[in-house]
Amino acid sequence: MTGRRPAADRDPGLQPERTRLAWRRTTLSGTVVAVLAAKTALHDGASPPAVAAGALCCALWLCFVRIAHRRIRTLASDNRPPALAPAYATAAALCTVTMAVCGAVLVL
Amino acid sequence: MIEFARNVRLWFAPEEVRREGSTPDYRFSLANERTFLAWLRTALALIGGGFAVDQFLPDLRWAWRVGLALALLAAGVLCALRAVNHWVRCERAMRRGEDLPVSRFPALLSLVVAVVAVAMVVVVLVGWEG
Repeated sequence: MTGRRPAADRDPGLQPERTRLAWRRTTLSGTVVAVLAAKTALHDGASPPAVAAGALCCALWLCFVRIAHRRIRTLASDNRPPALAPAYATAAALCTVTMAVCGAVLVL
Repeated sequence: MIEFARNVRLWFAPEEVRREGSTPDYRFSLANERTFLAWLRTALALIGGGFAVDQFLPDLRWAWRVGLALALLAAGVLCALRAVNHWVRCERAMRRGEDLPVSRFPALLSLVVAVVAVAMVVVVLVGWEG
């Protein structure tokens, strides 16, 4: 368990914890976007393309949560966690970009 | 532009970033990661703002509403792409022991947000009259 480690081994600046919380905040922002996308998709009679774009947004949100979860597990597994893998960073950014594209489909 | 294409290749090639230089202190890497996440949150906030303009300003004329929403969504896309690009550049600079890259993007983004904010004020005032 994290709390049972010897105190000398712990990072005094709590860097892994701060990074974990940054991931949590980011998934929270993603949740807000996904909820707004679902609301937009179900508004105004819910046409099939709008529902598809809304569903894609929710799927992307799930991908984002999964990326965050895996990264958080890596952060928690070690006192000196390895740097973020570029694939994770790219995947997280691409999820965000695709959400925006879905948004453009929903708005138009 | 060629530099950007090189960076795009690095987004998808984890082992190439690690091939250069030496691994920096893990705290620097984590700080870089948090900065990346902060930019990603900014991008998500802009995208959320685009949805909000579309959903919560129904009295606006269609062109204004869609135009503003699309501008915010486009800003979100730019911000997300820039976030991962800047993260790769910082990661590489740290491994090589170079200075961190400088960027005009924060200034650009603040100008865009300021312009959108002014446009919103105008739109809300005009929208109420019309």
